[in-house]
Amino acid sequence: MDILHWFTLPLQHEFMVKAVLVSMVVGVVCAVLSCYMTLKGWALMGDAVSHAVLPGVVIAYILNIPFAIGAFVFGVSSVIAIGYIKEKTRIREDTVIGLVFTGFFALGLVLISKTPSNIDLTHILFGNVLGISDQDIIQTLIISAITFVTIAILRKDLLLFCFDPTHARSIGLNTGMLYYTLLSLLSLTAVAGLQTVGIILVVAMLVTPGATAYLLSDRFDYMMLLAIASGVLSSVLGTYISFYLDAATGGCIVVLQTLFFVAAMIFAPKHGLLVRMRQKQAAA
Amino acid sequence: MTTSESICIEVENVTVAYHNKVALHGANLQLRTGSIYGLVGMNGSGKSTLFKAIMGFVKPVTGRVLIKGLPIHKVQKSSLVAYVPQAEEVDWNFPVSVWDVVMMGRYGYMNVLRIPRLKDKRVVRESLERVQMSEFRDRQIGELSGGQKKRAFLARALAQQATVLLLDEPFTGVDIKTEKTMIDLLLDLKQQGHTILISTHDLASVTTFCDQVILINRTILAYGDTSEVFTEDNLSQTFGGAISDLSLNKSQLARSPKEAL
Ligand SMILES: Nc1ncnc2c1ncn2[C@@H]1O[C@H](COP(=O)(O)OP(=O)(O)OP(=O)(O)O)[C@@H](O)[C@H]1O
Ligand SMILES: [Mg+2]
Repeated sequence: MDILHWFTLPLQHEFMVKAVLVSMVVGVVCAVLSCYMTLKGWALMGDAVSHAVLPGVVIAYILNIPFAIGAFVFGVSSVIAIGYIKEKTRIREDTVIGLVFTGFFALGLVLISKTPSNIDLTHILFGNVLGISDQDIIQTLIISAITFVTIAILRKDLLLFCFDPTHARSIGLNTGMLYYTLLSLLSLTAVAGLQTVGIILVVAMLVTPGATAYLLSDRFDYMMLLAIASGVLSSVLGTYISFYLDAATGGCIVVLQTLFFVAAMIFAPKHGLLVRMRQKQAAA
Repeated sequence: MTTSESICIEVENVTVAYHNKVALHGANLQLRTGSIYGLVGMNGSGKSTLFKAIMGFVKPVTGRVLIKGLPIHKVQKSSLVAYVPQAEEVDWNFPVSVWDVVMMGRYGYMNVLRIPRLKDKRVVRESLERVQMSEFRDRQIGELSGGQKKRAFLARALAQQATVLLLDEPFTGVDIKTEKTMIDLLLDLKQQGHTILISTHDLASVTTFCDQVILINRTILAYGDTSEVFTEDNLSQTFGGAISDLSLNKSQLARSPKEAL
């Protein structure tokens, strides 16, 4: 089967057209945000927020409001809770994060089990992009647009905030605003990613493309482009592979992303293992 | 009228505490425009704390700081004040170049999107030249030596084109030649009417470029013209009487080179 065919054939199904489109958009947006997450060291925070949105999603289903709203509220409140507990007690931050997000997640599980509705837990946990509804597509597109535009405008301010918050403050940037902007985008994007790969794996979308690109470049602009490239490629290819193999879409996407990362780790021109080994040999 | 206009930084009865432990007590200062103030004191005497209080990074328990008559948050956006902390707490692996970092000093002059204009690029180029870092402009920021890193961040402060410069120990880890160029640079800026507050442990060099000194030990002990304040008595009080012959001799050497000869 020739390669073009491999790509065009599944697009005869309407659901595949939608799935590829959504994966692509989510791939781009998550990749863009992942650059800031890796640089700020917020992987654990990303994991926390993406899990903590669960009760919000369930409540939104019950109230019949867009689930992005519920997720957003709970994502942000989990972060506020983490900040509050950290400040008021002597417990270390990683412990607080672990404590809060599992608490939120558990609450979500209880809510789902007690809600007499047709919420499919597996779809939330593992994503269901091949069966995504039009309403959910619209939501995902809106969220993605908001995130994309916000980052396009605040790109450099956010970068400075991640790199040197002291300087950001000293030139009068509102660092508190930037902090909460980044967190809000994280909550929103977690919801977008939830559609494709599900709550459990969404953190991979928010970390891996950035980490891969970080190994490949010492310039932020290139890093961003490389992250987008690897994010989109893995999302789209992963969707196709899952179609052909009839395998879990989220799993396929994240496995691909991880493979990209491993490849970067070994072959990266400057920071790769091969280059390092050669340098060592040359030095010896 | 003339006096109030020539006052650049006013520190009024500022007390700063960390976790209920007082680090700086009842500090009063009036810094005149167009002078270089050397801030001298022991480790833990509150020098960095004073800088942070001026920048508004720590909230004083009592008192207030005014810059050109305005609270700090009102002047920050206008790029009036540039601050170089004692140690940069940044991730040195961050994917930014020296050029990018110095350009960050220009954000205050740019629109929301922070797109550099010709003038911004020119100023960045000049700032790098002034600290002799032009050849490193495309290096990733972590691929510099300690002294070169300090110079890069000084260049960023220069690029801000602020008229008030707050430099917290800019000479630590910097070689003698570079220190000399940096001092010449500061004297140059003073000529242009800039106000500079600089903390240092190099007592010998204080007399060579600071026309004013501030002696600090958890409170302001004395400040004013270097010739009047930088005395043996005052210094031994600042360093708790523990000042050895060594450092005092050094400072005397610096003050009266003829005698030493
Ligand atoms: N973040 C902080 N939390 C708690 N205590 C602090 C903090 N920063 C400084 N201190 C304390 O406040 C006092 C003054 O510290 P500061 O950093 O201002 O000293 P310094 O004069 O700059 O010293 P050095 O010459 O070592 O730089 C010290 O006793 C220090 O232990
Ligand atoms: Mg200090």
